[in-house]
Amino acid sequence: MTINWFRYSSPASFYPIAGALIPWFFSGAALLTIAGLYISFFIAPTDAQQGEAYRIIFIHVPAAWMSMFIYVVMAAWAGIGLAFNTRLSSMAASALAPTGAMMTFIALWTGSLWGKPMWGTWWVWDARLTSELILLFLYFGFMSLQAAIDDPRRADKAGAVIALVGVINVPIIYFSVKWWNTLHQGASVSLTRSPTMANTMLIGMLVMALAFWMYSIAVMLMRLRSIILERERNSDWVKTLKKQPS
Amino acid sequence: MNSPRLMDALWTVGTRDLLAALRHRADLLTTLVFFAIVASLFPLGVGSDTALLRLMGPGVVWVAALLASMLALTRLFASDYGDGTLEQLALSPHPLTLLVLAKTGAHWLASGLPLVIIAPLLGLQFDLNADAQLVLLASLLLGTPTLSLIGAVGAALTLGVRGGGALLSLLVLPLYVPVLIFGAGAVEASAAGLDAGAHLSLLGALLLVALVFAPWATAVSVRIAVE
Repeated sequence: MTINWFRYSSPASFYPIAGALIPWFFSGAALLTIAGLYISFFIAPTDAQQGEAYRIIFIHVPAAWMSMFIYVVMAAWAGIGLAFNTRLSSMAASALAPTGAMMTFIALWTGSLWGKPMWGTWWVWDARLTSELILLFLYFGFMSLQAAIDDPRRADKAGAVIALVGVINVPIIYFSVKWWNTLHQGASVSLTRSPTMANTMLIGMLVMALAFWMYSIAVMLMRLRSIILERERNSDWVKTLKKQPS
Repeated sequence: MNSPRLMDALWTVGTRDLLAALRHRADLLTTLVFFAIVASLFPLGVGSDTALLRLMGPGVVWVAALLASMLALTRLFASDYGDGTLEQLALSPHPLTLLVLAKTGAHWLASGLPLVIIAPLLGLQFDLNADAQLVLLASLLLGTPTLSLIGAVGAALTLGVRGGGALLSLLVLPLYVPVLIFGAGAVEASAAGLDAGAHLSLLGALLLVALVFAPWATAVSVRIAVE
């Protein structure tokens, strides 16, 4: 069986599919969150050094992962939109930005909640905190630039340029800040060496990361549907959609 | 028709911009005075303890230079965008990437280089020693072109956009972070008696990366703006 994938790059044919997919991603997110929170709170052992306070990593680490991952995905979609002039990819990039900014904010917030009992301070100018903060500014820049331009096509392209410039800069910013100052504990999860945490902790974190991922996709699809309706409000298919009883 | 050669075109664009900037001397002076005022405000804010100022000096001078060079950015394309010159540049047979590079170069000569030249005066206010002054000069000389190159992308993107000035700072300042870190880091290292070579090398590397990517992104942004 062959599927013509280009068919779904048209907003008109993507709109109903996105609508059908949303409940699946939302229920996936809900189930994984329940499982993940159960593992984090009832199965994962208490940390020998950090006590119960460490449990915030089950929110903190997935949010931090998603914040960076979403930025890269957003820049990729924006870049595809810029290169191939596909409307839907640019809309997807705009739909991802607020979720990414929210994840960045959650990562910063939970990090500072954890920092208070552990380091005795809400905020330190450590490499990862600082680069996460700058990532938040990059998200704000992308969203404000798009909001300031009235012509949606120009907003898409301008946003794509700043997202791509940002994505080249994120590693540079990360390493520059890292060499500047560092206090954060080293990465606990790495693909190349065995993790330094209990297996159940790792599983809880991965399940929560999957839950965050499902949630991000579901919310992105919802926002994408709104953007499609807003941009295509004068097209025939939206007008017939309006006449149908929902 | 024989189209003018590329080097002639670049030279013409560059000298024209430089001349236009020199004719608006007040604009250039505003940037310099802004630079001096921002740096002079810090001692008033944190107190006049010489040891503290010596510690803060490199960072303060660098942050002030960064803000001043950002303030000058709005002039890079705005008037050419307003009177249609930018459209003509985009229509010319020469690569727009190189034309915007010439414009950025002229902009740096008119607004970045004067900052570098008066920086040692501000360094005196913070009691930097001779070695640190030299490193400050070198780091600004390597760093401010990078600021102009990165800033050009933001300036082109915000052409004719609502709330351009504040938006420009939101877009550009996060991207300036690495330059600030290595620039101020070089001066701090030198003031502490360490070798500033590594910081200066990294600043040079950033300049080369910006030189390769930024004019290209600027050209794309200019095309988006004049479309």
